[in-house]
Amino acid sequence: MRFELVKRQQHSKLFSALSPFLALALTLVCGALIFATQGKSPVDGLYTYFVEPLLEVWSLHELAIKAAPLILIAVGLSVCFLSNNWNIGAEGQFIMGAIAGSILPVMFPTFQNGFVLPLMLIMGMLGGAAYAGIPALLKTRFGTNEILTSLMLVYVAQSFLDWLTRGPWRDPEGNNFPLTRRFHPDAVLPEVLPSSGSAHWGIVFAVVAAVLVWFMISRTVKGFEVRVLGASPRAGRFAGFSAKRMVFFAFLLSGALAGLAGISEAAGAIGYLQPVISPGYGFTAIIVAFLGRLNPLGIVAAGLVLALTYLGGEAAQISLGLSDKVARVFQGMLLFFVLGCDTLIHYRIRLVRDAVAARVS
Amino acid sequence: MLIAESILLTIATAATPLLLAAIGELVVERSGVLNLGVEGMMVMGAVCGFGAAALTGSPWIGMLAAILAGILFSLLFGFLTLSIATNQVATGLSLTLLGLGLSSMIGEAFVGSPGVKLPTLAQGIVEVPMIGSPIAGLLGTLSGIPVVGPLLFAQDPIFYISIALVVGVAWFLFRTRAGLVLRSVGDNHASAHALGTNVIGIRYLAVMFGGACAGLAGGHLSLVYTPQWVENMTAGRGWIALALVVFASWRPLRLLAGAYLFGAVSIGQLHAQALGLGIPTQLLSALPYLATVLVLVLISRNRRLTMMNTPASLGQPFVPDR
Amino acid sequence: MQPSADTFPALLETRGLTKVFGKLTACDAIDLTIGRGEIHALLGENGAGKSTLVKMLFGSLEPSAGAIMWAGQPVRIAAPSEARKLGIGMVFQHFSLFEALTAAENIALSLPERTPVSAIAEKARALSAAYGLPVDPSMLVGDLSVGERQRIEIIRCLLQEPQLIILDEPTSVLTPQEADRLFETLERLRGEGKSILYISHRLDEVKRLCDAATVLRHGKVVAHCRPREETAASLARMMVGNTVPAVTRDTLPIKPDAPALLEVRALSRPPATPFSIPLRDIALTVHGGEIVGIAGVAGNGQGELFEAVSGEALQVDAGTIRIRGKDAGRLSISGRRLLGAAFVPEERLGHGAAPAMRLSENLLLSRHRTDRRTFFGRLGVVFAGAVRKASQRVVEQMDVRKSAVDPEAAALSGGNLQKFIVGRELDRRPAVIVINQPTWGVDAGAAARIRQALVELARGGSAVLVISQDLDELFEIADFIAVMHDGRLSKPMPRGEATSEAIGLLMGGAEPGHAGHVGAAA
Repeated sequence: MRFELVKRQQHSKLFSALSPFLALALTLVCGALIFATQGKSPVDGLYTYFVEPLLEVWSLHELAIKAAPLILIAVGLSVCFLSNNWNIGAEGQFIMGAIAGSILPVMFPTFQNGFVLPLMLIMGMLGGAAYAGIPALLKTRFGTNEILTSLMLVYVAQSFLDWLTRGPWRDPEGNNFPLTRRFHPDAVLPEVLPSSGSAHWGIVFAVVAAVLVWFMISRTVKGFEVRVLGASPRAGRFAGFSAKRMVFFAFLLSGALAGLAGISEAAGAIGYLQPVISPGYGFTAIIVAFLGRLNPLGIVAAGLVLALTYLGGEAAQISLGLSDKVARVFQGMLLFFVLGCDTLIHYRIRLVRDAVAARVS
Repeated sequence: MLIAESILLTIATAATPLLLAAIGELVVERSGVLNLGVEGMMVMGAVCGFGAAALTGSPWIGMLAAILAGILFSLLFGFLTLSIATNQVATGLSLTLLGLGLSSMIGEAFVGSPGVKLPTLAQGIVEVPMIGSPIAGLLGTLSGIPVVGPLLFAQDPIFYISIALVVGVAWFLFRTRAGLVLRSVGDNHASAHALGTNVIGIRYLAVMFGGACAGLAGGHLSLVYTPQWVENMTAGRGWIALALVVFASWRPLRLLAGAYLFGAVSIGQLHAQALGLGIPTQLLSALPYLATVLVLVLISRNRRLTMMNTPASLGQPFVPDR
Repeated sequence: MQPSADTFPALLETRGLTKVFGKLTACDAIDLTIGRGEIHALLGENGAGKSTLVKMLFGSLEPSAGAIMWAGQPVRIAAPSEARKLGIGMVFQHFSLFEALTAAENIALSLPERTPVSAIAEKARALSAAYGLPVDPSMLVGDLSVGERQRIEIIRCLLQEPQLIILDEPTSVLTPQEADRLFETLERLRGEGKSILYISHRLDEVKRLCDAATVLRHGKVVAHCRPREETAASLARMMVGNTVPAVTRDTLPIKPDAPALLEVRALSRPPATPFSIPLRDIALTVHGGEIVGIAGVAGNGQGELFEAVSGEALQVDAGTIRIRGKDAGRLSISGRRLLGAAFVPEERLGHGAAPAMRLSENLLLSRHRTDRRTFFGRLGVVFAGAVRKASQRVVEQMDVRKSAVDPEAAALSGGNLQKFIVGRELDRRPAVIVINQPTWGVDAGAAARIRQALVELARGGSAVLVISQDLDELFEIADFIAVMHDGRLSKPMPRGEATSEAIGLLMGGAEPGHAGHVGAAA
């Protein structure tokens, strides 16, 4: 008795919609098991993780702060993955965007007016895009695998940030802490609803970006090009689309969005630069992209779910004494289950009695 | 000990985990499967190896635990990609993310714990009745040879395993029938299937071997390199191992050269940092990663070399038509 | 005329062998007799049933009816391993070799024994020397020429010591010199008492090599003969048939001033891969209102020609291809479409259409540039309504049957998808259309619809270029017929002048005009 995969004639619409929820459910079950092994009540654990952070307004703001970079990056990644360009270096593009966007407040702190913030944001996007251009260039010019190159560049970016914040960009009046000077008020990304919480405008950028990219992918000829080149490269060639140009388009777009997320985080959530500004957003965004089924609107929801796991982790640490690392395990498991459940979209599972029965048919 | 000797030893210590993880992945890729989860399997091996050693006091049990952890973790990947035919790139990535998270969680209990270091082969073998003492004595004498002595005869067991594996895999792939069958699966899984080969079964075995090697590589980090547990202590070595496989054009002996080259670069930059040459330490620590990019570009420029050596079925899911 | 059983005691005999796939009868009551020490030809066009018959002999398919007799005993061949055990070996047309492994390793893998590779290498070397099939066992298959690869397949087969060797279109991938070598080998094998079933459509070879022949057409046996006693012309007639199919279009007089809408001038193209056919000096003109057909067996450069004309492969000289009087050789496929050309490739899923995308989206695949204003607004926003309407129009025009309103392309049957793809192009009223295998694998109803649509397009003044392996189809719709052979194109002849035997000869590589001669010794 074994099971067999039978290819479906058409993708199952039912499972396209159901798969993320199924994956979520499986993750929750496994999560409950993990809580049990750690000696905590599964119900308490799940409650603290997934329900508690939603109960207070200030907590919802924290959710928005965490979700913003995840959504921004994942939206860009969706364009990449849909076109079969594997950008794994979004974390590095995030960092470079933050650095590029911080040039004004750190190196020209006396330049203070209404133009500073928009310029910072634009420079952040340019920085992220330029950094993403490197693996794109290597892929189109030399055929180098973009997964490894974009990933290696993450470590390089991290080293660069470390050097900047400990070296040339260290705040001279900062008591030797590895921090840049605080950004002046004109260079800080303001809060959206200051009275109820500290969520900054990053979440607005994220939702706007998601809607715009969703529109592009599903309603414009450019989106059509993205999808065709990813799904059927030969048909794409028949259509006259250029795969090489698409590499650049996808990488530059996702680099720009990651860079925007980076500068928003630095200028909004943190307020200065320090050696580590991301708890792995660039990688968690990969999970967000898949959980959202590579659909920017789905990604908004998925980003919120994953942001919830971050918050839940912090809450569980405080109230249950549970390690905050459990959040990362949740995130990893989620992607696993998403990928597994996605199979049901393409294949049907058939139980086979034995080999003879299969042959007779 | 001479400076040359200690430098060679540190290079070997740095190269061994790279070599191990890479030789495992080489076999996996030769069978046509791309497993990007090497980093995840390695870090799981590191934490389980360290934890088992810390709990039992025996580094040998730690070593076994590391291998086992790698195998079990790789089976997660295997099940998804081989039996359920998921996308290999995405699944490998998720394995790494899960591994990093899971290892952080498991390792929390061990942060700051004193490590249990794996003894050298000589020290370990002395316990074995009858033949132990003489061999240990022989190793001791031989390690007196200037320059290469300690490098070749005074190392931990995992070093010797890594070298043995490289030679073994080379022999297996190119001189045995089973290795030939494995290579045929990686070259053209449809033809192999038509000839009656059990493609999925062979790939499962390859994936598990890769997991064992990656796990052991991680174990080396936490039991020999720095007998300690630090979160994310693999620091991207798994990814460098993947690049090394490409660099070596899927040939084991070239892998040996590549791993030691990279080991030298890693150690070189550490020593350069220590020497205080005025080069920013961050630039030096970024060197191995920059070198990896450079190497990848150089290799992929030679299209013919790439096309001739890449296992043709690499990364393509295989679902047998009935 | 059956070869008499007492002259050659039969090794293999089929009686009424039939294979039915659903509604399609691929093989219909085939009687075939192969004697010992005989080279027996199996002749027929593509789709005549040769592959299916042979698959049954080799155990890959189970017969629906009929019997197979081996050395006088009825046998049931349920799997290739059983065929091998009986002594039937097969050399396939499409090799299943491992490119990154050596010749010896490839051979070793197909042998079940655990003999070490070095011993197999020795055996292979000995065999290759004995049979005049020089192959260096230590060479990587990827580095070998196609002819050398075939030798590996033959040696593989011979190492299992078969009594009957089936060869499927063996010379379709060989140079004339390699083919000569192959024939020497086959004659040597025959001298040893082995039998050979030689599948081919190449008449001069069959005449030269084969003792007996069975000719198939549309799944039935139409003749048994001795090739040496026939002429190439008579063989061609048997293969292709004597009847001139009913003309379904009125032969409109070609207007003398009809513009030349598609011109191909001195098109040459080196082979892109080791398996590609180079194009040699191809020249062709299609005027408005004309249908030009290119006949030829698959594998003679049709795909390469299509890629060159469509623009997926650019030409060095812009004037090599001219569309509507403008140089198009350096234009991409979109550029050529903008000049008024349309293209339908051979492969539907994955090339002509994206399998996972809906029909309406597939409409955009070839028309997103040419119909930009109809389908897109500013910023490239898709007018989904306009696209759906156009898609629906195509569906109605071509009578495309489908199970949902806008299904994924992969869900359609081959015939219906082809109707949609052709209809998508015709909906544009292109001035030029180049179509490769318009009705391959398509049911009769859909095929008729497609041909009708092409005829109507030509009637409207467009130039139509049809590449097809189906000679009947070309006789039905083409005004001029040229034949593609080995990368060269013959001079198109008016349909009235094209007789089946002339075409058959050209397809076989012979020159028309030698119809009465025995094929000259190569």
